[in-house]
Amino acid sequence: MSPGDGEQVLSYPIPSEAALEPPAEWAALRQRCPVARVKLPSGDEATLLTRYDDVKQVLADPRFTRLLNADDAARLSDNESGGLFSTDMAQVIPDSGEGHQRWRRLVGKWFTAKRMAALRPVMAEMAEQLIDDMIKRGQPADLKACLGFPLPVYVICDLLGVPAADRDRFAYWSDTLLNLTRYGQTEIDEAQAEFIQYMADHVADKRAQPSEDLLSELIKESDADGGRLSDVELLATGMALLVAGHETTANMIGKMVGMLLADRARWERLLADRSLVRSAVEEALRFDANPGFGMPRYLGEEAEVGGTVLPRGTTVICSMAAANRDESVFDGADEMDLGRSPNPHLAFGSGAHSCLGQALARTELQVVLEVLLRRLPSLELAVAAEDLRRVDGLVVGGLREVLVRW
Amino acid sequence: MKINVDEAKCCGAGQCVLLAPEVFDQRDDDGVVILLEAEPSEHLHAAVREAAAVCPAAAIELSEST
Repeated sequence: MSPGDGEQVLSYPIPSEAALEPPAEWAALRQRCPVARVKLPSGDEATLLTRYDDVKQVLADPRFTRLLNADDAARLSDNESGGLFSTDMAQVIPDSGEGHQRWRRLVGKWFTAKRMAALRPVMAEMAEQLIDDMIKRGQPADLKACLGFPLPVYVICDLLGVPAADRDRFAYWSDTLLNLTRYGQTEIDEAQAEFIQYMADHVADKRAQPSEDLLSELIKESDADGGRLSDVELLATGMALLVAGHETTANMIGKMVGMLLADRARWERLLADRSLVRSAVEEALRFDANPGFGMPRYLGEEAEVGGTVLPRGTTVICSMAAANRDESVFDGADEMDLGRSPNPHLAFGSGAHSCLGQALARTELQVVLEVLLRRLPSLELAVAAEDLRRVDGLVVGGLREVLVRW
Repeated sequence: MKINVDEAKCCGAGQCVLLAPEVFDQRDDDGVVILLEAEPSEHLHAAVREAAAVCPAAAIELSEST
């Protein structure tokens, strides 16, 4: 069977009306066409994977690279640059082998479970403050704008040593850099140029006057052991952390709360048993039907996936969200079970490139949920769950607003 | 239960430490897994199995033969 035999070429991303429901095509693709041909917003074709085993294999397989700026790689969007994944900046951080591992371990030590646990009080304080402000402004309130969007930017700015006064600019750059269709190429280029300039100045400041943040430590240590990160690597690292850590977590906070309140029995179960917060966060990550684009990979040599031989030069899109609904791995995959365990979902990817900041994201989501349960136990959606709307045009999926009362 | 960890595979996700801090830790200088207890007592087995199941790098191997 060749990819997409007998099937019409699907447009990707697959349009979906309901904000919290998966598109019907996922189940059909997993069953009948797990290696499917799709057409991207650029008009280029790619291969979509939807089964758990295939997605997991490809994400951990070094033959499937991040080199999406290759001449024959599919462009994701019709912007000249082809979007975030193929910017020059995305190529600075080593893709594989020892170079990647060196970078990963230099930065990764900042995201250990223990360090994240130590950040809990700071995060809880930020969440309390944002919830106080939301309560003052009155109900109904947009929980995404009041809490979901600002909190992760505050945390990342904190990690990078960026002053509080610049947080809003960071939020704008992050939003712009991740967009595939909402902003024009000029705006994207301008935002990228501004951000690069800001970070270059910031790195220079930190070199001159190091403090306690991640960037300063990276500068100090990489200088000390000879394997130093160049200014460009430091800059790309700062950009990667912002781009990877802001919009994703911001939207996930909104979606998690949306999912938990869409069926209020879920919220009540958590109120009755707070020890479920950890597994509830994992289940929200698995159950998220609106995570965004998925993970693109470029195949540097011929390889077989799910019984199909893919030629060299294929661009593969891994749909982790479709894989997370795979009935062959998750019992009752279409039920949200807050106590599900184990929950080996692929929301953070898999293998050597799995999300560097996953402990940070988990901790933020757990802290937000704990603080919300404590401060606003009467929380409920102020609109019908069917009226929640998806954001358009982002690499990262989310809800436009999450209007709540308490 | 006997645990083996593969440091070369470890990607420092920290899930094992979050699930079973009595059994796993991470090195301060690079986030790579440290095995604190290769043969953990029975009350920790469920948490260890979950840690092995969710490890994104499949770096935790269990042998459960008695």
